[in-house]
Amino acid sequence: MSCWETIADYGLRSIGIGERLLPRSDFTLCQQFVLIGSGLIWNVYFGVLALSAGFFLATTVALGKASSNPVARTLSTWFIFVFRGSPLFIQFFFAYFAFLSLKSVSPVFDPFTTAWAGALVVLFLNTAAYSGEIFHGALQSIPRGDTEAADAYGFHGWAKFRKITWPTMLRLAWPAYTNEAIFLFHATTLVFFSGFPAWQQRGDALYYASYFADKTFNPFVPYPILAGYFILLTLGIIGLFGLVNRRLNRHLPSSVRPKVRFRPNLIR
Amino acid sequence: MRAARQRGARDREIRDIFSFCSDPATLDGIAWYLCYLTTGKHMAFYVSFGTVLLLLAITAPAAMAFGFGGAMAARSRIPPVSWLGKGYIAIVRGVPDIAFFLFFVIALDQAFEWTRHQVLCPDWDQPVRQGNDFVVCDAAKLPLGNAPQWVHELYGFGVAVLTFAIVFGAFAANVLYGAMRAVPRAQIETAEAYGLTRRQAFRRIVVPQMWVYALPGLSNLWMVLIKATPLLFLLGIEDIVFWARELGGAKTPRFTDYPHGDWRVWYFLALLVFYLVFTRVSEIVLDRVMARLSRGQATAAGEAQRKAA
Repeated sequence: MSCWETIADYGLRSIGIGERLLPRSDFTLCQQFVLIGSGLIWNVYFGVLALSAGFFLATTVALGKASSNPVARTLSTWFIFVFRGSPLFIQFFFAYFAFLSLKSVSPVFDPFTTAWAGALVVLFLNTAAYSGEIFHGALQSIPRGDTEAADAYGFHGWAKFRKITWPTMLRLAWPAYTNEAIFLFHATTLVFFSGFPAWQQRGDALYYASYFADKTFNPFVPYPILAGYFILLTLGIIGLFGLVNRRLNRHLPSSVRPKVRFRPNLIR
Repeated sequence: MRAARQRGARDREIRDIFSFCSDPATLDGIAWYLCYLTTGKHMAFYVSFGTVLLLLAITAPAAMAFGFGGAMAARSRIPPVSWLGKGYIAIVRGVPDIAFFLFFVIALDQAFEWTRHQVLCPDWDQPVRQGNDFVVCDAAKLPLGNAPQWVHELYGFGVAVLTFAIVFGAFAANVLYGAMRAVPRAQIETAEAYGLTRRQAFRRIVVPQMWVYALPGLSNLWMVLIKATPLLFLLGIEDIVFWARELGGAKTPRFTDYPHGDWRVWYFLALLVFYLVFTRVSEIVLDRVMARLSRGQATAAGEAQRKAA
């Protein structure tokens, strides 16, 4: 079987298109590349959706934590504490079994016992908490001169937030937020190892990598392939977020623009 | 065998205290829960919290050792050693940590067995990798085929500790490397002016001063390490996640004296609370340590303390 046929059979295997049965013996390098790459679809799906939805909740939570309203402040602080203070792995397990119990209460919760919705909710809340903390830190370090100047020009309310506070917050938070995004993509590999079943063996990249490692009893091929894919993914994220960073800082001379640096020192 | 006998004795002792537990079917309310939560399996669950703490107690210093080695290698003036150190830091951090856990558990095991195979069975003529099998001679197996159960468990735990140490060593190396470079250059120049060699200056000037710069990163790393402990479950250790799944699952009266529905969500809620308390307490303690270390240091935090006093 040529590699093109393998791509046709297994390229979209992780979303249920193509050959139903996974290869069982005589694994070729091509099969490993194609299936692990196919699983990457799920990692990108979880990462992109959780990140883009989490961005808005994160902004809300950061504003809540910085607000003078005690109810909003307490709620946001607890939200951030619960999701940052506990392991994502345990959050996945807890959410899965919680949804499983809720399923008997109402059929509304049916989709949440599967990975595509249930794990997405957990990742969404999790990244909202982590980015909320980053945004809150940025809000606290907005230079006072900026807001004073806004006041002097008669900005207030929504206009002040939209034109002054929010862009400055994003500018300050962006390098840290880039690392958060990278880590979120790394965290998506946990989904299929934490309760959520891989229905019809439609799993993510790590799911297929560990499938091959178990079958061939040789970890030295599938895991480096996975690592290669993730390094490419990471480079892609850095490139994309770097573009946004350039746009956010377009008013500054290029020498003083903060650079997005890959500095991953937080895991969940 | 001995462990089993001890466990039997422990169970008997517990049963003596809770002698009313002898017929669970007649119990209700608090008494039922009291008996339920003190069964032998629950005791194993509580002991597994100790496993997590033990893992942390062993892994933290081991990761620091790997980190120190990595940071020193990255600082080395010999290019290949420096590349090795920097490569170790970059590769482990660039890939999902869970992939590394899954990889190292098999890879370390095979590396140990392969090395023993080369040493112990030099006249073995078949290849080690035969298709999808990894075949070494019987004497090279780890643990040996006839080893008792506790050796298998200890070996599994040892490989897990080593895996954690390698992965978190890279993170620690990154923090320590940064901290070593953060020590003001003037300090090292002064040491050189007094005629200290490079090695002496490193040992007497850089290392004592770097901790205040390293502590924020290291405390972050400690939090990360705490939150990585449930991954032990993936390495095949009977840890708290294993027992929570085991104990929480629905039980029918046929197999147990304490039948109940699916309680896994409550068990995982308990684990969630355990981790929240653990990280919160760590945070408070580390803040105190940081305040103590900042005293009299030429950093922003030290300056703030001076002004407040």
